[in-house]
Amino acid sequence: MAIEMPKIDHDKCDCCGLCVEVCRCGALVLVNGVVTIIESKLCGWCLQCEIICPRDAISCPYEIVVEKR
Amino acid sequence: MSNLTDFLQSTPYFNNLAGKNELEGIGRYVLEKKAEKGDLIVAEGEHPTALYFVVSGAIKLFKTSPEGKEQIFGIVYGGGTFNDVAVFDGGRNPVSAQAMVASTLYSIRKSDIEIIIKEHPGVAVNVGKVLAGQVRQLGGLVEDLSFKNVMARVAKILIENSGDGYGRQHRLTQQDMAAMAGTAREVVGRSLKSLEDDGVIKIERHRIIIKDIDVLRDIAGANV
Repeated sequence: MAIEMPKIDHDKCDCCGLCVEVCRCGALVLVNGVVTIIESKLCGWCLQCEIICPRDAISCPYEIVVEKR
Repeated sequence: MSNLTDFLQSTPYFNNLAGKNELEGIGRYVLEKKAEKGDLIVAEGEHPTALYFVVSGAIKLFKTSPEGKEQIFGIVYGGGTFNDVAVFDGGRNPVSAQAMVASTLYSIRKSDIEIIIKEHPGVAVNVGKVLAGQVRQLGGLVEDLSFKNVMARVAKILIENSGDGYGRQHRLTQQDMAAMAGTAREVVGRSLKSLEDDGVIKIERHRIIIKDIDVLRDIAGANV
């Protein structure tokens, strides 16, 4: 089953690499100068990549669900 | 001009100094500092020693509550400054500053800033502009915190955008919620943490689980 991961908007991303540096689990890497996301169980949705991105190119969206009673 | 003088002229403090000699004179007071990821540059509550300019990287400005919760006030990127208020008002550092990634900084000692202002009166005008801009930004945050019931709006957003976990309802980032609530992302983050502390919601990685929809409706009040 696919692991939910942060999303990159490559139209906005200027590949500055700040998200790659701040990522604690190695899920973000630069491949040939392009920020690429690798599925990782270690990604804890810490939001650091979203917070640090100066171009709002990374998003960590939440699914909102109501707990069944 | 050198990289240093070019950089200085690009900052809001020195952008009205056209003379090479003036900028080079100020450059004499500049110290370079390399910070590794995680390095604490400035600690909240300590006496300020210098004004910092971010050359590259990203610096997080934050406060830590007595319970150990972190509230981020902003991130400063290349060209930005931090520790301005404490350097100019003589008080203690209002927030801590930490390198989010490896960063290069320039700093000017507090005592040297005073010399620069005396030698270059034009800088004083810029100091006023920079600090006024910060007052305006903080005024907006005060308005958010004091006049708007952000918690109620966040509660409403959660209710209106919730699903049963099987459908493909759209997902929201904290920035989305902030835009919908008319506030800052940091305020939304704090509201979510508060709701989680109260047991109304639970945040599990990329999922916000509403544990008690009735209480959440009460919080949303007339908004739902």
